[in-house]
Amino acid sequence: MRPSSTNFRANARAAIADRHLQQVLDQARTGFVSRRAAAVGRLPEFDRLRDEAKAIKDHTLAHLDLYLEHYEARVHASGGTVHWAETPQEACAIVVAIARDKGARTITKGKSMVSEEIDLNRHLEDAGLRVVETDLGEYIIQLRGEPPSHIIAPAAHLSKSDVEALFRDRHLDLDPGRALDEPAALVAEARTQLRRDFLTADIGITGANLLIAETGSSVIVTNEGNGDLTQTLPPVHIVITAIEKLVPTFEDAATILRILARSATGQELSVYTTFSTGPRRPGDPDGPDEYHVLLLDNGRSSLVGSEFQDVLRCIRCGACMNHCPVYQVVGGHAYGWVYPGPIGAALDPALIGLREARHLPNASSFCGRCEEVCPMRIPLPKLMRHWREREFEAGIAPRTHRFGVRLWAWFARRPAWYRTAAELAARTLRFLARRRGRLRRLPLAGGWTRHRDLPAPEGRTFQALWRERHKTVRR
Amino acid sequence: MTARENILARVREGLAAHPADDLRRARIEERLRARGRGPAPARASGDQEHLRALFTEMAREAGATIDTVCAGEVPQRIAAFLRACNLGPEIRTGHDPFLKGLAWQRVPELAVSRGAADAATATGVSAAAAAAAETGTLVFTSGADNPTTLNFLPETHIAVIPASRIKATYEDAWDLVRRAHRPATLPRTVNFVTGPSRTADIEQTLLVGAHGPGRLHVIVVTGA
Repeated sequence: MRPSSTNFRANARAAIADRHLQQVLDQARTGFVSRRAAAVGRLPEFDRLRDEAKAIKDHTLAHLDLYLEHYEARVHASGGTVHWAETPQEACAIVVAIARDKGARTITKGKSMVSEEIDLNRHLEDAGLRVVETDLGEYIIQLRGEPPSHIIAPAAHLSKSDVEALFRDRHLDLDPGRALDEPAALVAEARTQLRRDFLTADIGITGANLLIAETGSSVIVTNEGNGDLTQTLPPVHIVITAIEKLVPTFEDAATILRILARSATGQELSVYTTFSTGPRRPGDPDGPDEYHVLLLDNGRSSLVGSEFQDVLRCIRCGACMNHCPVYQVVGGHAYGWVYPGPIGAALDPALIGLREARHLPNASSFCGRCEEVCPMRIPLPKLMRHWREREFEAGIAPRTHRFGVRLWAWFARRPAWYRTAAELAARTLRFLARRRGRLRRLPLAGGWTRHRDLPAPEGRTFQALWRERHKTVRR
Repeated sequence: MTARENILARVREGLAAHPADDLRRARIEERLRARGRGPAPARASGDQEHLRALFTEMAREAGATIDTVCAGEVPQRIAAFLRACNLGPEIRTGHDPFLKGLAWQRVPELAVSRGAADAATATGVSAAAAAAAETGTLVFTSGADNPTTLNFLPETHIAVIPASRIKATYEDAWDLVRRAHRPATLPRTVNFVTGPSRTADIEQTLLVGAHGPGRLHVIVVTGA
């Protein structure tokens, strides 16, 4: 999708004012959090698994060039093909070329965030192909012409009645009087609608949750079974993925799988975890004749060895956004690009540029919940802070913001001035607040006082108290 | 320079690594050889009896139904299950040697056909290559005798697993797969299946039976 992250402020304001969206988000808020907590509580080894998973990824990233080469050799040995793409344009061109070569008309797709990242559907449709998303959530948002609002629950911003209205509007060949008020009826209808496409598609595209260097396998993790039908029935299977998904061995994949579903949906394990290695073997009664893997870079390789490398450990479970007080209120679309929430704030500037994504690292209260729940122990707030530094250095931050920081820095480097200014400010605020002790309005701080009062500082400054205490102790 | 070369060059630059650095190469080769394991869930340690009980409990929790029988009874129990669910007696299965060795002829009411599943297949029967007790997970491997479509296309999936193939962890289960396929490469598909197909994409309401089988019935075969 085309990013609209520069509009984050306006998007967020609109999302907060949208009562329907707020109702849906309200409902979603508690489910993910409590289910994750329950699953984690049942597995005493969870934190040790997190440590191990982090170590696996750190090791892999430190040898990423070699593991990529090893992986590629294994895919070739099992009869598959690896394609490399530096940019989204290159990636889409490769997929379109395969589709043309096969004379394909219909493509079924399992859920893939990398394909959202490269805007693959639009490119395929521009090339005259019919693309059918088969994950229920993705199918719903494809019908609506929308991007996903959550990395594991693409339709998290919609209610049951939204989906009912959509199906009535789009499935015109069905009886308009049919009952559709139960979610089960909606799921059954989607199943029936998609059956024919599964069986007649020319190409199936899936993503990959993991790639295994040892065996040259790609791994998908799903609940619906759509990914497996997508990659088993058509004659061609294309895996769209990115270079950081690698792990060395099956054993390493097992460790990560133990924390992935528990962090994401609170399941012990997703219903289907599928390891695919090459195309069907001679004598196999089903499976694709061709197996392609597309490895996308799109800015990731530049993060290796940088202060942002930690973000490449991400396994896209969504726990950070499920626990984020900002995401919970504004929803995924406000972020304006495919990866919302804390992971988006840490990753998007690297993929679409800091100028485009500049608001995202600032859309955080630094409460630290994201880092606390991240199964891969990614220091998300720290990464956002690094982006804020870069934003300041590059002069992207608004002028008033930069002026404010410079002004503060001037005082911070001069302790005597700092003390005097702080005392003066405290006294002024106290005077303005009079007896009420809080301020309803304050020039230059309208953003704060619009939603709550500003309490006036009480007593003396921290530094004054500190000095006094120090003196007493010394005596 | 190709995209591949550019990407690898950037990674090496970031890591300040030289492509001919033998020490790094030796390190990854050692790691790939050693296949070290992470922490295993303590819940999965115990004897075979414990593993079978844990597998049963976890698979049930994931929404599967479980029947434990001896090898001679499998066809009858499949027929009884289909009757109880008001399903037709037609089943589709592969040429898996374990399944083929069962006494199907003793239950003439079952209409057994063999091969990959298609749109008309209502019930697929397949043999699991292994299972991991830790989460009640079945492992299926594709091959000439084991079509993958049997596990996904039909509305009802019946999985038969000899009790001795129930292992403690994913790694233990995977070792069975590795042993069966050495020295050749892995099968095209290895499926880990934990319960029937489901979705929570509409208002986070958990619903069983999305695109895969809405019913997963597991038959654990004792003494096999």
